[in-house]
Amino acid sequence: MDVNEVLLPGVGLRYEFTNHEGDRVGVVARRTGEFELIVYADDDPDEGRPMLRLNSEEADTLAEILGAPRIAERFADLTKEVPGLSAGQVEVRAGTPYADRPLGHTRARSRTGASIVAIVRGEDVIASPAPDQVLRAGDVLVVIGTRDGIAGVEQIIQG
Amino acid sequence: MHTSVALLLELGVILAVLSVLGTLARRFALSPIPLYLLAGLSLGEGGIAPVPAAGEFVQIGASIGVVLLLLALGLEFSITEFTASLRRHVPSAAVDLVLNAVPGAVAGWLLGLDAVGVLALAGATYISSSGIIARLLGDLRRLGNRETPAVLSVLVLEDFAMAAYLPLLAVLASGGTWWQAALGVLVAVGAVLAAFIASYRWGHHLGRLLSHPDSEQLMLRVLGMTLIVAALAEFVHVSAAIGAFLVGLALTGEIADRARAVLTPLRDLFAAAFFLAIGLSVSPEELLPLLPAAFALAAVTAVTKLVTGRYAASRDGVGRRGRLRAGTALIARGEFSIVIIGLLGAQYDKLGPLVAAYVFVLAVAGPLITRLTGAPPSRAPLRERADATG
Repeated sequence: MDVNEVLLPGVGLRYEFTNHEGDRVGVVARRTGEFELIVYADDDPDEGRPMLRLNSEEADTLAEILGAPRIAERFADLTKEVPGLSAGQVEVRAGTPYADRPLGHTRARSRTGASIVAIVRGEDVIASPAPDQVLRAGDVLVVIGTRDGIAGVEQIIQG
Repeated sequence: MHTSVALLLELGVILAVLSVLGTLARRFALSPIPLYLLAGLSLGEGGIAPVPAAGEFVQIGASIGVVLLLLALGLEFSITEFTASLRRHVPSAAVDLVLNAVPGAVAGWLLGLDAVGVLALAGATYISSSGIIARLLGDLRRLGNRETPAVLSVLVLEDFAMAAYLPLLAVLASGGTWWQAALGVLVAVGAVLAAFIASYRWGHHLGRLLSHPDSEQLMLRVLGMTLIVAALAEFVHVSAAIGAFLVGLALTGEIADRARAVLTPLRDLFAAAFFLAIGLSVSPEELLPLLPAAFALAAVTAVTKLVTGRYAASRDGVGRRGRLRAGTALIARGEFSIVIIGLLGAQYDKLGPLVAAYVFVLAVAGPLITRLTGAPPSRAPLRERADATG
């Protein structure tokens, strides 16, 4: 996807892109850490319609909701608070027996005690995947459990 | 320690009044600078309340205010933004300089000022207020508009031109000859380049020297170093303001961000003292006969800024309405026109009142005009779209 970066000297940066519906979207990132979201009108491409303004904390929250890598980060924070529990990432490599088969077939939880809490697929995140969710080569599984449990899931997935 | 009751009381009342004025200005999305000037004008000898005890503090605060204003300007600066502006908008900067400095120079000549006075007035009409305008664009939610980078680029190039202009004026105003002034400019431009290169290559060393996790320590170190460099610059007659600007340029990255955060409240306080002091130095009797000249100059240079902004925006391929918005946004003059007058001594008794009145008019009129020319943004774009497509 093409994202245009426009310098706003003294203020910050503006990112612009067009979404699949053809809306021109702008994000102003101010140096102060605040953000502004804008949609450009069809009749005047020069003038943005301000949608909302976010302070840095709100922007972080929004990014956490939207951003895949951040989910794993949050799990990492979570496990710091529970001794003995940790989070790991397991990649589904091409050629493993479970590529293109439902998640349930791995019986990962019953065999290792560790839970697969999310699947990261490219830019997308499938949170709390159901047992019938089909795995694909290249998926990254976010696993929560004991250290041994996570190693066990890795072994199962790698075949 | 002897505590002066009069000083505390006068200062307290002044700050309280400034706070009320500032709130009032913000309510109408205006800059508080013109109201601070007005407050200064109404105080002092012959005003509604003489403030003998606080006057001295205001005068000292004013010189620190100039230093902090320029330090903040330097801290805002980034080399990438400057080079990007330079690449696209050198012709805009040239148009800006010619269209807006010439009316000031002509007015100075008509008023019978000498060469230094003419130069000062040309500078005062040339420089838009980057502080007022950047804030205004944010308040009016125009940061997303296509004309905004052009407006901000023009402002960055103007601010940079100050690095050459201020030492030139400072040396000439202190009675130097033209070749001394040229030398002063060379020294200052050389120092700016050196500061740039130093910050680019060794900025992290300087950052490490001044940086401290404790914000109090950081403030003391940055402020101390700035005042020392400012004093040295003043000593060689290139103006304390330029010294502070250099320190700001040399600080980059994280330390610049943190320094901005800890110094902003200080800058606001001392800059207010500076605007007050300028107002104080103007007496109403001097001001009245110069009002027509100030209004005429304001009208002419509002139009020339409009043309400048339209030209700069047209270089970025902006449409008709956007060009108009860019032009009107640039009209506001403010802190740096006042800084220029602050550099001159008392011998230019006409210039102080003239520029104070001029800035007052344009700092109020500029934001109002640009607000009126931009159509109010629609607040419910999503629903409208859904109706249109569904």
